[in-house]
Amino acid sequence: MFNSLSDRLQDTFDKLRGKGRLTEDDINVAMREIRLALLEADVNFKVVKRFVASCKERCMTSEVLDSLTPSQNVVRIVLDELTELLGSTESKLVLAQNRIPNVIMLVGLQGSGKTTAAAKLAYLLKKQKRSPLLAACDVYRPAAADQLATLGGEIGVPVYRGDGKDPVAIAKGAVQEAVDTLHDVVIVDTAGRLQIDEAMMQEAVAIKNAVRPDQVLMVVDAMTGQDIVNVVTEFAERTDFDGVIMSKLDGDARGGGALSVREVTGKPIKFVSMGEKPSSLEVFHPDRMAKRILGMGDLYGIIDAAQQAADEEQMARAEKMLREGFTMDDMLHQLQSIRKMGGLSKIISMLPGGERMLGQTPDAADESQLVRIEAMIRSMTPEERQRPKIINGMRRSRIAKGSGRTVQEVNALIKQWGEMNRMMGKIRAMANGGDMSPKAMKRMMSQMAAGATGAGKKRGGANPYNRR
Amino acid sequence: MGFAERLKKGLSRSREALNEIFYFGGEVDEDFWEDLEDTLVMGDLGAEVAMNVTDDLREQAARENLATDRQLRRALAKRLADEFTPIARDPFDETPSCVLFVGINGAGKTTTVGKLANAAREQGTPVIIGGADTFRAAAIEQLDVWAERAHVPLVTRDRGADPAAVCYDVLEAAEKDNAQLVLIDTAGRLHTSSDLMRELAKVVSVTRKRAQMPVAVVLVIDATTGQNGLNQAKEFNDALELDGLIVTKLDGTAKGGIAVAISHDLKLPILRIGVGESIDDFQRFDAAAFCRALVGDE
Repeated sequence: MFNSLSDRLQDTFDKLRGKGRLTEDDINVAMREIRLALLEADVNFKVVKRFVASCKERCMTSEVLDSLTPSQNVVRIVLDELTELLGSTESKLVLAQNRIPNVIMLVGLQGSGKTTAAAKLAYLLKKQKRSPLLAACDVYRPAAADQLATLGGEIGVPVYRGDGKDPVAIAKGAVQEAVDTLHDVVIVDTAGRLQIDEAMMQEAVAIKNAVRPDQVLMVVDAMTGQDIVNVVTEFAERTDFDGVIMSKLDGDARGGGALSVREVTGKPIKFVSMGEKPSSLEVFHPDRMAKRILGMGDLYGIIDAAQQAADEEQMARAEKMLREGFTMDDMLHQLQSIRKMGGLSKIISMLPGGERMLGQTPDAADESQLVRIEAMIRSMTPEERQRPKIINGMRRSRIAKGSGRTVQEVNALIKQWGEMNRMMGKIRAMANGGDMSPKAMKRMMSQMAAGATGAGKKRGGANPYNRR
Repeated sequence: MGFAERLKKGLSRSREALNEIFYFGGEVDEDFWEDLEDTLVMGDLGAEVAMNVTDDLREQAARENLATDRQLRRALAKRLADEFTPIARDPFDETPSCVLFVGINGAGKTTTVGKLANAAREQGTPVIIGGADTFRAAAIEQLDVWAERAHVPLVTRDRGADPAAVCYDVLEAAEKDNAQLVLIDTAGRLHTSSDLMRELAKVVSVTRKRAQMPVAVVLVIDATTGQNGLNQAKEFNDALELDGLIVTKLDGTAKGGIAVAISHDLKLPILRIGVGESIDDFQRFDAAAFCRALVGDE
């Protein structure tokens, strides 16, 4: 019941994989599984029907059925169709070049996350060297303006509250305020409203007409069920929004609504909101999302996460590491980087087949090991961390006692450090030699990989980097 | 507007959808059953529950010779109503009582606390509210407004304070003032965030230890939630041992079918439902009426 969509599809295709040649019945079985999985992922029932029909049609060609790897072909087709459904290209904010201030308006149901999204959007724009102003047009929910003001204060973006009574007047006032105080983009946060609440829908239209936003974005909760279609259809008709921000995607909701929204309204999903931090608004990548849904991993996501975690300070640290050797402090830092990227389980889940691996062996992402290593390193003196070689028997037992671990574990840690330090030495030797050709890099990488798996047999001799 | 009418109005769309099927009621063929299953899926009942319900109804139809749409409607409503778990103890009626409201972000916890506090005070029960959402910006201010509207005292601390400490404070204040009903709002959190779930488990255990009165932990869930609602409920239940559910925002077109699945799977009763915008819009949940309205059995 709680399998993810990728698990379901993967199971289906594992079954198909055993077969040399697929029959129509096999395809039907697979399509039924896909249908069920998509329904459980909250993809709208009509969207599922269309999706499965078009997938089946493409799978039934002799090109697929007679090919040597039919199941892989089916996977590819489903992936293609899914990407297509999610929108083929990544969409960004479209703001008029010659208009100051630009206006972005947010709409959505109650509790979908508009106010939080407004602050995140402001933060994003601020990072892009824009100067945003937030307009608090939710005059109904108690303290909604206070919430926006607090969030604005945290990210250093001013909030225009106006009289706190008339949303249209507040929106207009905010635009004027932006002109007066030299802000170049206004983000209008509106009250949550039900699509069937006529008076509230009229108010949204009135705000829209009053400030003529460059972009109207609808905030949609990733956990919404089948009703999402009714909601977005009505909002699309009345407010004619330009795109969607999908919120709460950091949970385990499969976000089937994302598929439905695109298919039903034709409006792109522009951003996904992944957490509590103001920086957690990300550009939506349909191809990545589709791959992730299909259990094919999100390698780009890992690279992005790693890039964000690696700031300049760490670059300097890496350089120092090369110059002066790898210390325990560096190791500690690496552990912390893993944490910054969202922990082992998040990294594993982004790898191909990772979701399944986590499901089968939850221990794979046992973070407690990291905590133990950290405890041991923190029990070392600064000198020991810089020069682990001085750690003798007595020091070892002291570290073990200090961190509540056994001496054997401390030994293992020091051994691990030794291996990493050796590897670093090789890189250093290479860097000193000035030989940075891609070919040499590749050789070194393969050697490192061999060393890590214990398969490095060529000690010394032929390999120039082992000469040290 | 009474409860039944309100529900009927809120659920009218799903009823229309079902009516379309039952219109061909005389002829119960394969298409009929397939359409029925699809419609239940559309009501967020979940593919699995929908299939089980349809299969059961099908057997029953054959066994009891049900052929007309009215008979089938009745049977379906009864079958769905059976999926719900009855209320063993209503924490809002059987006072003294302390209720903790938990749930994901944006489910409507704070609003629920405010409205229920008002309802209880109107009935003459001495109520006190605890604002243990010390995380979200302006959550305390929001609750403060509700407390004022409902003329009910609020106990809280500054933003960033330990929520467990707030619970301790509010229970102490409740004993001092002899309040019979203690309603505690907690910060919304995703069920996948293990740190925040552990924090909440601590809040709950502190409250259970400190309280002299029975403590109920209630999951607030948005009616528009899809199948992820089951994961949510399961995680919250595993971490906190829930006592019941409150389904909010049943006033839109969402059918809240996920409530059937949760109540059935986790054996949790639905204590109240939110069916409107105004301050007195929380209603007792009547499974039979809910299901009759859902299938359109007038």
